[in-house]
Amino acid sequence: MDISPFFFYLFAGLAIACSTMVILKKNPVTSAFSLVLVFFAFAGIYALLDAHLIAALQVFVYTGAIMVLFVFVIMLLNADVPSFDLGRSHFLMRVSAGFSALVLLGIFVWAFKESSFHSIGGEFTLEKIEAAGGNTQVISELMFSEYILPFELTSILLLAAIVGAVAIAKRKLVGGRV
Amino acid sequence: MLFWIPLFPLIGFLINGIWYAFGQAPAGRKKAGAGLPGAIATGAIFASFVVSLMIFIQLLGQDPEHRAVEQILFNWMSVGKFHVDVAFRIDALNTLFTLVITGVGTLIHLYSIGYMGHDETPGKFFAYLNLFCFAMLMLVMGSSLPVLFLGWEGVGLCSYLLIGYWYTDIEKAKAGKKAFVVNRIGDFGFLLGMFLIYSTFGTLDFESLRHLFGHAGSLPEGVSPQVITAISLFLFVGCMGKSAQIPLYVWLPDAMAGPTPVSALIHAATMVTSGIYLVSRLNFFYTGSPTAMSVVAAVGAFTAFFAATIAITQRDIKKVLAYSTVSQLGYMFLGCGVGAFSAGVFHVITHAFFKALLFLGAGSVIHGMHEEQDIWKMGGLKSKMPRTYWTFAVGTAAICGVPLLSGFFSKDEILWKAFSSPSGSPWLWFLAAITAVMTAFYMTRLFSLTFLGAPRFEVAEHAGHSHDHPGHDHGHDHGHGHGHGAKKVKGIAVHESPLLMTLPLMILAVLSIVGGYVGWPHASWIEHWLEPVVGGGHEAASGVSESLEWILMGVSVLGALIGILTSFRVYRNLSLVEAMTRNVQWLHKILENKWYIDEIYEAVFVRPIQVFSQLLWKGFDVAVIDRIVVGFGRVSQWTGETVRVIQTGSLQVYALMLLAGLIGTAGFLIYGWH
Amino acid sequence: MHQIEPWVVLSFCSIIFFIGFTGVLIRRNILVILMSIELMLNAVNLTFVTFSKQLNHLGGQMSVFFIITVAAAESAVGLGLVIAMFRTLRSVDTDEIQILRE
Repeated sequence: MDISPFFFYLFAGLAIACSTMVILKKNPVTSAFSLVLVFFAFAGIYALLDAHLIAALQVFVYTGAIMVLFVFVIMLLNADVPSFDLGRSHFLMRVSAGFSALVLLGIFVWAFKESSFHSIGGEFTLEKIEAAGGNTQVISELMFSEYILPFELTSILLLAAIVGAVAIAKRKLVGGRV
Repeated sequence: MLFWIPLFPLIGFLINGIWYAFGQAPAGRKKAGAGLPGAIATGAIFASFVVSLMIFIQLLGQDPEHRAVEQILFNWMSVGKFHVDVAFRIDALNTLFTLVITGVGTLIHLYSIGYMGHDETPGKFFAYLNLFCFAMLMLVMGSSLPVLFLGWEGVGLCSYLLIGYWYTDIEKAKAGKKAFVVNRIGDFGFLLGMFLIYSTFGTLDFESLRHLFGHAGSLPEGVSPQVITAISLFLFVGCMGKSAQIPLYVWLPDAMAGPTPVSALIHAATMVTSGIYLVSRLNFFYTGSPTAMSVVAAVGAFTAFFAATIAITQRDIKKVLAYSTVSQLGYMFLGCGVGAFSAGVFHVITHAFFKALLFLGAGSVIHGMHEEQDIWKMGGLKSKMPRTYWTFAVGTAAICGVPLLSGFFSKDEILWKAFSSPSGSPWLWFLAAITAVMTAFYMTRLFSLTFLGAPRFEVAEHAGHSHDHPGHDHGHDHGHGHGHGAKKVKGIAVHESPLLMTLPLMILAVLSIVGGYVGWPHASWIEHWLEPVVGGGHEAASGVSESLEWILMGVSVLGALIGILTSFRVYRNLSLVEAMTRNVQWLHKILENKWYIDEIYEAVFVRPIQVFSQLLWKGFDVAVIDRIVVGFGRVSQWTGETVRVIQTGSLQVYALMLLAGLIGTAGFLIYGWH
Repeated sequence: MHQIEPWVVLSFCSIIFFIGFTGVLIRRNILVILMSIELMLNAVNLTFVTFSKQLNHLGGQMSVFFIITVAAAESAVGLGLVIAMFRTLRSVDTDEIQILRE
């Protein structure tokens, strides 16, 4: 793959380090900010892989929207709970989880290494995309032609999520008054 | 046209049965009245009688050698070479049976309307009765063994249902069960015989079988006499069950628990004679096997004698008649066993007349005596029930063998054949003749104790009587009737039965008188009529002259008269009876307890089977099977309790397990194949 | 420096994925568990983009677009649930919500 190894390893190392912080840091605020860094690192890797639109969306949606939401909720809940910084679960649980994850990771890495991904000559080579006006242009055209149905379905999903989130998080009515 | 004969009773059964099941039974035990169901049933069987008569007339006009009407209704089953049609075939032999069944059946149905007038479920009763007639007609009309067997089992079922008709009385229900079980033992033999016939000859059709045999006494090629003997004996086991021969006779006396018309129709006139029908129908098997013949004759003669000894001491009016029936059936088998099938069938017909008459007469007496069945608590009914008295007198005379009545001709024919035919012997004759004397004795005893002398019960004082007494209910008939009536009511208002009941008695009395003339010695119409089917009477053995026949006839008449007169003298003076009974108390006790046969069977067969069943139940079923079954449950429970621990309710633990599963799956996918 | 092989990128995705998974397993704070789920989703997204690049097919990037949308929705609903849970139990500890056991 014609990507710069330096930047890849830079972003990958950052992502792994920050992910580890996400799951190990006791304070959820620390976890949240580590996660923001992970998302930035991912955006970088997307850009290396010529997925410019995805890289942009990663920054907008994840770091911009989702993480703000997280931090907002943490702030909301943190206000009146002193023991918010919960520790980790049972020792046995931690050991077995770590062990299982490592085993499966080993299997995955082995499987990826042994497999070969030959280019099957898809139509969207880098040159063609450049000629057609760039990554964003091509994806947008695809989105409103071939993928129009999933796109519309996603809008319905988002609508349902908005309604659901409001319904769940809304304070219970007391005495029938709004 | 043949199919109308069984179809009419079937229609009657369906109408009455459906009406009862959906119209009367759901309405609780509301009395429905016997009139309409009885009329439907009687009409059905009468229509069937008319058709039978038409068939008979048709047969009369046919060439004697090919005298038969046949009808194939439909194919019943066809498996490979095995092919059974539901087909009817009426020839000289079974036309007589259809006439008797439908004719006597009509009279008994008519009588039942009166007798069952106070019953709670007459619809059910008449439905069963019609179903019985249907099955019985299937039995005698079927053109092959499977169809016959269908009827054979059908009548067994109806017999069971009707014996236990008043099933709320546990004794009666038990009697029904006993009849069913004993009959099943016989049916087992029947089935074995049928299988053996099929495996030997490849057909179950009567005509085909008869053609295989050719002339009487000759065997088909390639069939050993032993096989014929085995078949004959197996089938005879079936006959033993159905026709109440030793050793399977025990159910018939108990079957008297059923309503009296049932005893008359099923357990005297028709069903119990189906064994004789089967033997006569398959006479070519029996003539082909001297051994089987001897067995049939010996069993018949011994049963006749044995049952007669028991009948002498019985107190229950219906029990006396029941043992008498067993005894007379023994006569019929004796006739068949010495090769005189026509004599056996002749006796079936005359017996149907006079025994139906006697049973219906007994029913009339029981009806009039308000469910009293003990003859020692009767007496002096002569003046109270004149019509019953006279008709019963005719029946008694007929069964005793008084000359020129029907029983005389048929019984004498059997006696003579037992003596003279090549397979007969003086010993059989002697046994039968002694039985005849005993028959005369016990029947006269029954008659005398019931109708003559002074009443041995409290006579209720009443001026006039109606036929319809309030509080008189057959639904609460105490079957074994040892004097409930006399104790419960202060005095019995004896009354003559209504005309609906006495009319059949009179008709049967006339038939009992004239019925024997079809078998006039040496000019026997019936023997000639049956000759194409069952073969002619055998020529008398050498050295037996015609004068001897007259002498033997004289002896049997004399014997009958001796029996009658002795009985009259003895039972005229009841204190004499008591004295005599005391002198031979041991014998009297044995006879009164029916030779303890029931007790012996109980000890030899029933008990061990019960003990064995108990053993299997407790030792195997409970100890092994149940433990295994319960064990499965225990194991599941224990496993559940144990494995339950992993259901922590914590999502994270579940996720961990999911991960473990994923590892297993991935590992299998990667390394599994190699 | 040598070329980056696709399996290296995919292995990196696996690492992030299992870090996320471990986070789900070992943390008791439900907010952190939700964050770990976001990690896993991102790891999967990256595999899509990698395959898209390798196979010259834009379907992978389209999928990522939809996954991001769904993840946003999921976060909104999930956080709503967290608020509801906190309001009822006064806690965000998963050990407190083992009602599945009943």
